[in-house]
Amino acid sequence: MKERVTNLEMTGAEAIIESLNNENVDVVFGYPGGAVLTLYDALFKAEFNHILTKHEQGAVHAADGYARATGKVGVVIATSGPGATNLVTGIATAYMDSIPLVAITGQVSVPLIGRDSFQEADIRGITTPITKHNYLVKRVEDLPGALKEAFYIARTGRPGPVVVDIAKDVFAASLDYHYPTDVKLRGYRPVYEGNLETIDKVFEELRIAKKPLIFVGGGVNLSDSSEELKSLIEQTGFPVISTLMGLGCVPFDHPQFLGMVGMHGTYAANMATTECDLLLGIGVRFDDRVTGLLDEFAAKAKIIHFDIDPAEINKNVLAHLRVIGDVKWSIPALAQRVKHVSKELQEHVQSWIEKCLFWQEEKPLSYEQDADLVMPQAVVEKVSQLTQGNAVIVTDVGQHQMWVAQYYGFKNPRSLLTSGGLGTMGYGLPAALGAQCGMPDRPVILFIGDGGMMMNCQELAVTAEYNFPVKVLVFNNQCLGMVAQWQRMFYGGRYSHTSLKGSTTDFVKLAEAMGVKGLRVHKPEELGLILEEAMAIPGPVVVDIRIPEVLDVLPMVPSGARLDQMIIGGKEG
Amino acid sequence: MKHTLAVLVENKPGVLTHISGLISRRAFNIESIAAGYTEEPDTTRITIVVEGDEIEQEQVVNQLSKLVDVIKISDLTAVESIQRELALIKVKASAATRSDIINIVEIFRASIVDVNRETMVIELSGDETKIDALCQVLAEDHGIIEIVRTGRIALSRGPVPAKNQGI
Repeated sequence: MKERVTNLEMTGAEAIIESLNNENVDVVFGYPGGAVLTLYDALFKAEFNHILTKHEQGAVHAADGYARATGKVGVVIATSGPGATNLVTGIATAYMDSIPLVAITGQVSVPLIGRDSFQEADIRGITTPITKHNYLVKRVEDLPGALKEAFYIARTGRPGPVVVDIAKDVFAASLDYHYPTDVKLRGYRPVYEGNLETIDKVFEELRIAKKPLIFVGGGVNLSDSSEELKSLIEQTGFPVISTLMGLGCVPFDHPQFLGMVGMHGTYAANMATTECDLLLGIGVRFDDRVTGLLDEFAAKAKIIHFDIDPAEINKNVLAHLRVIGDVKWSIPALAQRVKHVSKELQEHVQSWIEKCLFWQEEKPLSYEQDADLVMPQAVVEKVSQLTQGNAVIVTDVGQHQMWVAQYYGFKNPRSLLTSGGLGTMGYGLPAALGAQCGMPDRPVILFIGDGGMMMNCQELAVTAEYNFPVKVLVFNNQCLGMVAQWQRMFYGGRYSHTSLKGSTTDFVKLAEAMGVKGLRVHKPEELGLILEEAMAIPGPVVVDIRIPEVLDVLPMVPSGARLDQMIIGGKEG
Repeated sequence: MKHTLAVLVENKPGVLTHISGLISRRAFNIESIAAGYTEEPDTTRITIVVEGDEIEQEQVVNQLSKLVDVIKISDLTAVESIQRELALIKVKASAATRSDIINIVEIFRASIVDVNRETMVIELSGDETKIDALCQVLAEDHGIIEIVRTGRIALSRGPVPAKNQGI
């Protein structure tokens, strides 16, 4: 690490650059404006990169994609008023998925605050419900401390976004700069290592369980605990299911892995959840898309909840036991405890494992094949094959997102970047460029619908300008697929405003207009060649893939139904 | 059941917004909330009365504890404590009714803090039921013009302050 300056007279703007250096920030995403002019003047000389997006929403999603891919804190800068309010969707997206972000926003000068000044918005008030914490800095001497705390809060405990709103005159004011070496917050002391006695109690439950099930979520990805998890899975021999956010922390082809659970989960995962007598929820928050009808969720099971955030316990489901602490601590602690009875446990659950594997074989994920149509599931499988499951996969939100979750076959943690909690359409493209920025040597592939593509398509130009070689695969079904699916299933097939048939957008030309190579796939026989061509191009590529309009994501647990009340479909349907 | 929580927070701008915003967006059932300075200048103490079962009460505590500026929460329902609320009550009072009002005030050990030709202002501290009872008598017999109540504040008995108490 470079030696950094301390105790030096500088401006607030320079102090921000220096603080970002102290936090080892290597890139920020942002968009300039009136209130942050002084900050941008200091950025002119900064050693780290600044990626200029086309829209502040693009900048915040890019910072989020960067954070998810690298595990580092994403940083975004925007000006006051509309610049700051354009970050709101991205901050909420990061908050719902516990992604570490620091958003630095300009605010009008201190004397102008509260007077409805030009480009004034109370971004602290606006972001209070969607941030882990936020600051309004009105005195330059408070700036280093606020930034130090912001980064610390964003990345520690359960991660999350922090907004630091800084009045314009603070950027220009001078201070004797000193970056604090540590953070002292009386009200913020995350517990990483919990109580070992609770691990003993969990162990006792494990020994008597006949149908135990390990249920992993985003917390395992966020805490980089997939290795520890692998060891626990192998010591216990228990079957494993995952949420959308947990995909990748267990390799999809692991013999004990039953797939994703929930609304579009696998038959085996949903049946196992319904039938299990012990559910070990690790880094999960029992979202309604996972549980289905809450009262009937894992109704036969004792639930043991492992989480770093005590407020998650008993929020949605009642836990019989709680294990508070970083799952990076609790998973190995439990694995250590079961080590000496590993064989006994595995024998104990043999018939249960067989039952789970039977469900898996009975109704695997499947879809109809058609010689004349490009099936989206087949596209995902083809991409998986071409990348050997090793790409960083980014999705937007909708049908394609679920098909990717079902068919890509994730092998590695942090390899699926998707807006799981907030379900933000328009997230995918900017998140993909942010991920590529953080992972320049890994293939980054974005799956996106024709609806979501048009929500932030301006960011395509950024992929060209900075030569981020993102491969953008547009699943073009000429409709808003997931909404149309619900209209088909639950609203009598009345496709109210979900058809995009009248759309005149040519995605190939759109790509080319922005300096990105555009390709198109019409027929199944073209798919492999065109995808290979796209992968071989060193720069960004958009592939417009024409898929059938009327297609459902299956299996599906209708909203409010029990997990075992799935509509299966596929080959059988 | 009702729980009285002593919430110690950093005395910083925006803390009350963080707390009230959290309470409303999580749809917690809050009966009263009262805030004020403490023996430490950088700490504010907020007394919150929560209505709900154990699970709801636990969620309120856990969610509030997540706020960075919340230093400590202790449940004063779990320990012996003194609980008080302050009320100022403006009643209709003519020369003819004044002596009856003074009688009522004495019975309740309240005090009269303002008098003019048409009204009196009565100050009473006590638990909610006592204040409710006084209000009822005054409303029925004399007519109340306006009332202001602080919401409950509470302090544990014994030497251990809330900041050193387990939840």
